Amino acid sequence: MADVEAPLTILYFAWLRERTGTAQESVTPPAGVGTVGELIAWLAQRSPGYASAFANRRAVRCAVNQEFAEPATRIGPGDEVAFFPPVTGG
Amino acid sequence: MTRIRVQSENFDIGAEFAALTAERTDIGGIGCFVGTVRGPAAAMTLEHYPAMTERAIAGIVREAERRWSLLGCTVIHRYGRLLAGENIVLVLAAAAHRQAALDATAFLIDWLKTKAPFWKKEESVDGAEAWVEARVEDDAAAARW
Repeated sequence: MADVEAPLTILYFAWLRERTGTAQESVTPPAGVGTVGELIAWLAQRSPGYASAFANRRAVRCAVNQEFAEPATRIGPGDEVAFFPPVTGG
Repeated sequence: MTRIRVQSENFDIGAEFAALTAERTDIGGIGCFVGTVRGPAAAMTLEHYPAMTERAIAGIVREAERRWSLLGCTVIHRYGRLLAGENIVLVLAAAAHRQAALDATAFLIDWLKTKAPFWKKEESVDGAEAWVEARVEDDAAAARW
């Protein structure tokens, strides 16, 4: 499967939104970013805020196209990827 | 019939009961859970992931329907800023017999707490804010099913 070359929509919720200072953005990751885990590694080095948001990877959950995903989940062009803490509804 | 709503406004528990049971004579029991904002927090702000929330709740309800013979189910979850004492979530599960109704209700709220994309931020009476952290007890409660 090809690496991501078209823009992804990325959403951030709760303290990930606060730390990145971003609720939603469109990004085009470089070649070599083909999974959620690789996307996190790339995002984390964009700024101190992003580094802080992703510092504790075990506290970060992810959804790809509105379905819960894992670090190994593949991502492709046009996907919607959301990052958030463990959920606390109910 | 399944009713799922994600809304900022309050819900009327009596009206939801009435809607669930209207013109039904096959229902033998209805489980009910209402989650409310607990003090000492002054208020709570619930954030959610709109594109995913209803879909995630629908998936949880489908799982309950797969496990129990439900005759109707209502899940209403609020978002936005809610004051201490206000309603957050309503779960109603109707079945022919009590055990299915009660078990399905407990299952639904346990899974909602760990699998529906909501996040709570608490406000204390002095105005300090903090995100509520997920509890391992909630994961254990969800895993027991």
